[in-house]
Amino acid sequence: MTAIDPSPNHLQLTRGGQLRHFLTLDGLNRELLTDILDTADSFIEVGERSIKKVPLLRGRTVVNLFFESSTRTRSTFELAAKRLSADVLNLDISTSATSKGESLSDTLLNLEAMASDMFVVRHSQSGAPHFIAESVTPGVAIINAGDGRHAHPTQAMLDMLTIRQHKRSFAGLKVAIVGDILHSRVARSQIRALNELGAEEVRVIAPGTLLPRDVEDLGCTVEYDMIRGMRDLDVVIMLRLQKERMEGALLPSEREFYRLYGLNQDKLALAKPDCIVMHPGPINRGVEIESAVADGPQSVILNQVTNGIAIRMAVMSMAMGGQMAERQQKQMEREGGRA
Amino acid sequence: MTALLDINPLLDELEAGLRDVLERRSIKNPALIGIRTGGVWIADILNKRLGLKQDFGELDISFYRDDFSRIGLNPTVTPSSLAFDTEGRDIILVDDVIMSGRTIRAAMNEIFDYGRPASIILATLIDLGARELPIQPDVVGKVLELETYQRVKLRGPEPLRIEFQETGQ
Repeated sequence: MTAIDPSPNHLQLTRGGQLRHFLTLDGLNRELLTDILDTADSFIEVGERSIKKVPLLRGRTVVNLFFESSTRTRSTFELAAKRLSADVLNLDISTSATSKGESLSDTLLNLEAMASDMFVVRHSQSGAPHFIAESVTPGVAIINAGDGRHAHPTQAMLDMLTIRQHKRSFAGLKVAIVGDILHSRVARSQIRALNELGAEEVRVIAPGTLLPRDVEDLGCTVEYDMIRGMRDLDVVIMLRLQKERMEGALLPSEREFYRLYGLNQDKLALAKPDCIVMHPGPINRGVEIESAVADGPQSVILNQVTNGIAIRMAVMSMAMGGQMAERQQKQMEREGGRA
Repeated sequence: MTALLDINPLLDELEAGLRDVLERRSIKNPALIGIRTGGVWIADILNKRLGLKQDFGELDISFYRDDFSRIGLNPTVTPSSLAFDTEGRDIILVDDVIMSGRTIRAAMNEIFDYGRPASIILATLIDLGARELPIQPDVVGKVLELETYQRVKLRGPEPLRIEFQETGQ
């Protein structure tokens, strides 16, 4: 029996180590993560120009393939693709062929036949973007926009960009992620990125019912008490508490959660004075975070939104560039072989 | 084999040529933009020599290159930085070497994304010919004709020097 390669990098990196898909942060080294952050930094400036466009993906077609709804993530991917001058197709899955019984493979074949160059995929099933990347025609780049409980790598990278902007370096940083770790694909990607980039400590703060089993294996410390957990923090990342889960057995009530794990000014005062507050949005005010904190001087939540476009521009252009470079390399090899 | 080419006469020629063009066109308040990296070093020197009060701009054309579809993205992109409004301004665009003209085309495309300048004057330290596009500098420090085995490279910023290399082929 052939062993399955546990690293996704045979799929998402070219032989030269460039991105050709962006599926997960697992296996990506610090150098590549830093390249993504540096490239995104350059794209921030594009958003400040009178004409907020560069021609990198001119003539390319990007398909936003969202099997799970998300207004914010889809909008930032759409804006990122348009700022790269790509043509963008937003596929509304609820009215698409898949709801008429067409298989995912057939849907993809049809989209490929329309000469698409990139699929941005969000799916409720973990591993769906990975599956698509394995089956798609060579030359088409797949970007993971969130899959199941598995990964949300662009969200994690925009968080890393925001942290780097405010803290300059990851060395010595103590970062806490607070809330629903169990259901969060963002938290997994954040923990992975923070460790690879050299944060001193990644701490998760949550009730036991909202923590995955063996959570420490992800590369973090665990704190059940938020009052203890806030001490010495440089960065606190609040996660969205999915209200639909409040009715289950995981938590007694929103009010109880807010009392114990909601971020208010008193709890924030326990962290370092320059501790920044982050939240991936959309915010449930009064559930995860108090308005005075969400809108306060330590909040960088709106910076995260701006950085989301820059990170997505970086990842899309790097993956498309990797596909191009690989195609060029193969062509040279073919021509070399004929000579 | 590496030989050095004296840079100062080239800079003198560039400065004199620019003063002449500015006078002929009655341009009083131009803004300098250097193309990274060599063009930025030259723009820095010209900015001082011409006595311009405003900081020069720095352009990184990585997002505008026409070879993205063949070789992908330049891994060392740094943000362009223009600390002035280009709309309606007379611009002096500076690069160290012009050859095919593709870099200048990309740079002009980028400049226009910041606003529509009144005019652009192109100044390059060295012109190697071998043009692939109909783009010509207004002012050059020196025209060089290289053999296929020869290369010229600006190194800097301190000291700024031109290396003239022959590969021996």
